Amino acid sequence: MANSYDVPRVPSVDKIAADERAAKFKTRSIKKEAKLKGLKLVISMIDLTTLEGQDTPGKVRMLCRKARRPMLQEGLPTVGAVCVYPPMVPVAVEELKGTDINIAAVATYFPSGQAGLGERIDEVKRTVEAGANEIDMVISRGAFLAGEYTRIYDEVAATKEACGDAHLKVILETGELQTYDNVRLASQIAIDAGADFIKTSTGKVSPKATMPVTLVMLETIRDHFLKTGQMVGMKPAGGISSAKLALRYLAMVKETLGDAWLDPDWFRFGASSLLNDVLMQIEKQRTGRYHSERYLSIS
Amino acid sequence: MGKKTTTSVRDLLFGDLWEYAPAPQSTDFVDLDDAYGHYIDGEFVDVGAEDSFQTINPATEEPLADIACADEATVDRAVKAARKAYDTVWSKMPGRERAKYIYRIARMIQEKARNLAVVETMDGGKPIKESRDVDIPLAAAHFFYYAGWADKLDYAFPGAQVRSLGVAGQVIPWNFPLLMAAWKIAPALATGNTIVIKPAETTPLTAMLLAEIIDEAGLPPGVVNIVNGKGETGAAIVNHDDVDKVAFTGSTEVGKIIQRAVAGTGKKLTLELGGKGANIIFDDAPIDQAVEGIVNGIFFNQGHVCCAGSRLLVQENIHEEVIQKLKRRMSTLVVGDPLDKNTDIGAINSREQYERIAELVASGEDEGAEKFQPTCSLPDSGYFFAPTVFTDVTPSHRIAQEEIFGPVLSVLTFRTPEEAIKKANNTPYGLACGIWTDKGSKLFRIAGALKAGVIWGNTYNKFDPSSPFGGYKESGFGREGGVHGLLPYLEVR
Repeated sequence: MANSYDVPRVPSVDKIAADERAAKFKTRSIKKEAKLKGLKLVISMIDLTTLEGQDTPGKVRMLCRKARRPMLQEGLPTVGAVCVYPPMVPVAVEELKGTDINIAAVATYFPSGQAGLGERIDEVKRTVEAGANEIDMVISRGAFLAGEYTRIYDEVAATKEACGDAHLKVILETGELQTYDNVRLASQIAIDAGADFIKTSTGKVSPKATMPVTLVMLETIRDHFLKTGQMVGMKPAGGISSAKLALRYLAMVKETLGDAWLDPDWFRFGASSLLNDVLMQIEKQRTGRYHSERYLSIS
Repeated sequence: MGKKTTTSVRDLLFGDLWEYAPAPQSTDFVDLDDAYGHYIDGEFVDVGAEDSFQTINPATEEPLADIACADEATVDRAVKAARKAYDTVWSKMPGRERAKYIYRIARMIQEKARNLAVVETMDGGKPIKESRDVDIPLAAAHFFYYAGWADKLDYAFPGAQVRSLGVAGQVIPWNFPLLMAAWKIAPALATGNTIVIKPAETTPLTAMLLAEIIDEAGLPPGVVNIVNGKGETGAAIVNHDDVDKVAFTGSTEVGKIIQRAVAGTGKKLTLELGGKGANIIFDDAPIDQAVEGIVNGIFFNQGHVCCAGSRLLVQENIHEEVIQKLKRRMSTLVVGDPLDKNTDIGAINSREQYERIAELVASGEDEGAEKFQPTCSLPDSGYFFAPTVFTDVTPSHRIAQEEIFGPVLSVLTFRTPEEAIKKANNTPYGLACGIWTDKGSKLFRIAGALKAGVIWGNTYNKFDPSSPFGGYKESGFGREGGVHGLLPYLEVR
């Protein structure tokens, strides 16, 4: 798979200043109708996720039904997708029949990605055949840290090809890349290789998604769009469990990429416990008080 | 997902799909008097027979309070009170005792932070998030810092003995009203001097709240005296025979008058004056952070910042990229009601300042520079000025030379580091500069070659009480903050 991919020169990132910029979005005050609208948007952007060794068909069915009907109250959107391990895809396909909810599966020997490219590609193909229309892949962080950037490009490009019509989300596992310069470069390589989305984390490594890391990735997406006209989506994943934090992420998207990305087609949250906190806040907006968690169905 | 992946419109839309609802800071708890006089010898002096003037809210143009205008007799009373307090109490008090009062003031500022922030915003027009997150916390930090020095002065300058000066006369500006009061009062108190201070006429209110704090803190009468008034009052303080030390922050024009006035009197003088700071962006800079630094450098506090990065020097090969990014970033700035928690740029401090900014912007257009302002709706009343960038500026333009003191950036280009240094130093001022580069060696070399008192590397407008601040050339002399900030208030033997 030799090719002539030139490793791009990407702008350097100053950590202190990037952290400061990201922190400023935390001071945005999102109240009343803006809050309610934002919360509904957040629901529609959630990739409701279960990625555990103990996942069973029963657990995935419970998750899918929660995705279809977050709470009894009418007028709420469904979530953007459910996100499961490949063996659980048939269960999700059956449960989500007739809905617009996407089926995302983590392939490529998630979360470590430690397998030969052939095995990873096979897994992607089988998962797509099983009915997943979104594939969340992991890059080989070891290869990246060893400076094998062309290999990263080739592997993402091969995975994209294996996806066919399914959309490809590329997980950088930023907690392992560690520096923002690495995050910026990895984002650019993933985008160049055909990523439909770039995603921060598997959720299995700390730190998971952070606002500054997400900002660096959003800025890569922005610059790529301005250069080529091609939109790429963004998915922070892991550690976003409160509605308040999710709204801060949305403010960051709004002020970095603008209105076009305030859409589940272009922005997703990889999360599990976020949904119920958002629902709790929506009830608070509607009734003026917090109700007990026991009124919210678990997933 | 991903219905369309490319679009012919290659720009970002910062529209109203999801607008932040108004998030006004409540002002219910603010309890202002109808009129404020002075605070002299531990007493609040009502507005008497003297002249008075109104202080207004620049965001609404509505009056907030009547303010007394101290005449020479009132200033004389204040100086006499300060002298008496100096002779009988403050100069004799051990440093550790003085420190207790200063710590107390710092803590009380923290306790009353919300009220102070709201009043600061109402009186001066700055966004509440800045008064809340910058002005008031920094004012408290300044008192905390200098409280720590009060009992350690003997160790501040090894090998030297130090002694307080006497009565300090201080005149402060309207851009950071409470913070500038803290910068002046805290080191003077820590070093054992007593004070007569005049707040700016457009922003006297937080100084009067500070007077209440000082009173409540139980400072001995006369140690801090706060007199209100305009230029004549300031002149009366500066020219008073019994003032030992003059500290002024404000315009270079007035600074020159003061320097002439105190020449030959034996009064010690520090001046912190205007600036035309160069913010230098090299082609190896972290671009997105540099753009933030540009925004922070010129639009922080509506550009009413003496150390503002009002001249952007950008390397020619990245000029286009930086300007495009800057314009897009400016499109996301929220301009409007200073009390709204989401406001990034509030009101211009006064009509007079608004007119000055407008006049200089008009001159920039006349002289052929290219003006850009993002589309933003400004409130109907109040003094609001859209953030403005001039490109195609050369050093001969007025907007490249004169301090605008508003949200107006002049962009110049350079080709080499040597040219950047030359252009950055090509100004009568020398207060602050910023340097943006990923190369540490370059940063330190350029920093050494710039004639400015404050150099920021890969950041801008960062303040800390432990860091000295002050100017070169027509930006003044003397340092505030840090151990250096003790010197102007001490005789060193």
